Amino acid sequence: MAVFDLILGLLLVILVRKCLSITDMFGAVISFMAFGLLMAVAWVRLEAPDIALAEAAIGSGLTGALLFSTLGRLPHSETRQPLVPRGSGSGPGYWLVTGFWWAAAMVLIATFVFSFQELQTPGLGGPLQERLAESGVLNPVTAVLLNFRSLDTLMEIAVLLAAVVVAWSMGYVDWPARQTIPSPLLPGVVRLLTPVFLLVAFSLLWRGSHAPGGAFPGGAVLAASGILLLLSGMTVQISPRGMSWLRWVLSAGLLVFVLAGVSLMAAGFGFLVYPEQWAGNLILLIEASAGVSIGAMLLALYVGGEPDMAPSQPNNPVSRPQ
Amino acid sequence: MTGYYLILAVVILAMAFHGLMVRANLLRKLMALNIFTSAVFLFLVTLARMAEPLDPIPHAMVLTGIVVTVSTTAVGLALLVRLYRRSGSLTLDSSNDD
Repeated sequence: MAVFDLILGLLLVILVRKCLSITDMFGAVISFMAFGLLMAVAWVRLEAPDIALAEAAIGSGLTGALLFSTLGRLPHSETRQPLVPRGSGSGPGYWLVTGFWWAAAMVLIATFVFSFQELQTPGLGGPLQERLAESGVLNPVTAVLLNFRSLDTLMEIAVLLAAVVVAWSMGYVDWPARQTIPSPLLPGVVRLLTPVFLLVAFSLLWRGSHAPGGAFPGGAVLAASGILLLLSGMTVQISPRGMSWLRWVLSAGLLVFVLAGVSLMAAGFGFLVYPEQWAGNLILLIEASAGVSIGAMLLALYVGGEPDMAPSQPNNPVSRPQ
Repeated sequence: MTGYYLILAVVILAMAFHGLMVRANLLRKLMALNIFTSAVFLFLVTLARMAEPLDPIPHAMVLTGIVVTVSTTAVGLALLVRLYRRSGSLTLDSSNDD
């Protein structure tokens, strides 16, 4: 299997090189997505199936979709840019700094090779296994994410919500978005795939308690199905009332999480300290609401701005000259 | 095998840092930043794999990190589109300011 790892590593390095030095931006994004998918294989090799799922769905798939939607908003000339404009990136100063950095990196690698062979890595796997029964779930990663270190996960959802708020503050996008559908095949395939996507998303959500899966991969699959629906020309009219509902859906994950924490505090347990007999149900409730919310938030990030309620205006507020 | 993945992580980290510093195009900088975080995650997960028994806590940390990275990327891309609409350029070149 050493040959497999060797080839995998070589491909990863080649893809990074291609992503960062190819002139064509489109090709660079494709290389980036291929890199993410191969990283998912590396995670499986390192016995981290939870990360493999998240990387394939979020790290590669959704980030790729975000990059492509940004490329689509830029004019075509911007997608083929020279790598080093106006003669910078050459000359003795550049090579001196680059050479110094690369030499330092190589010294670092050599240090790793010599020191990590005898390094002791005790880890927390043992203590976690002992206390897994208290957590209410069987998957150790979910136990860490939603019980032992649930404050981290709460903050993570808050970060995602903050990202949505920032992206929406940047301006409006035309809504319903007009898509040019490249092929009649796309709506047909999407119509077949959407139920499968929904099924996979909720199965991942449910599996999270005892197997790799959980709110984040589930939410990402949910968002992916939404992106595919948008790409295949599905348009939804959002009424102002629907918009306020949308805001509730976006913040539901965070709200349920905080409410659970505060009500546990009121019951005398402490913030997000679950009593043992309710732990499983509480985690399921939090994870379900977080999963739906994460899906909505990732989709909102893909849309890239607040949906414009007044499409009759000829001038988009974003493109107004400053 | 784990030693090999540690070296791979450092090589990818170095390449991504190089790209982050050298490339002028902000979209490419964002991609380099993403690859950079992937390399850091690879390092963490390899360390988790070296522990006996397998340590799931770095896995949870990396899962959190992946979501934070996608949030960062999305905000960066939104800012980038906004910058392009105002200045007509995808670089932070000071000579473009007026």
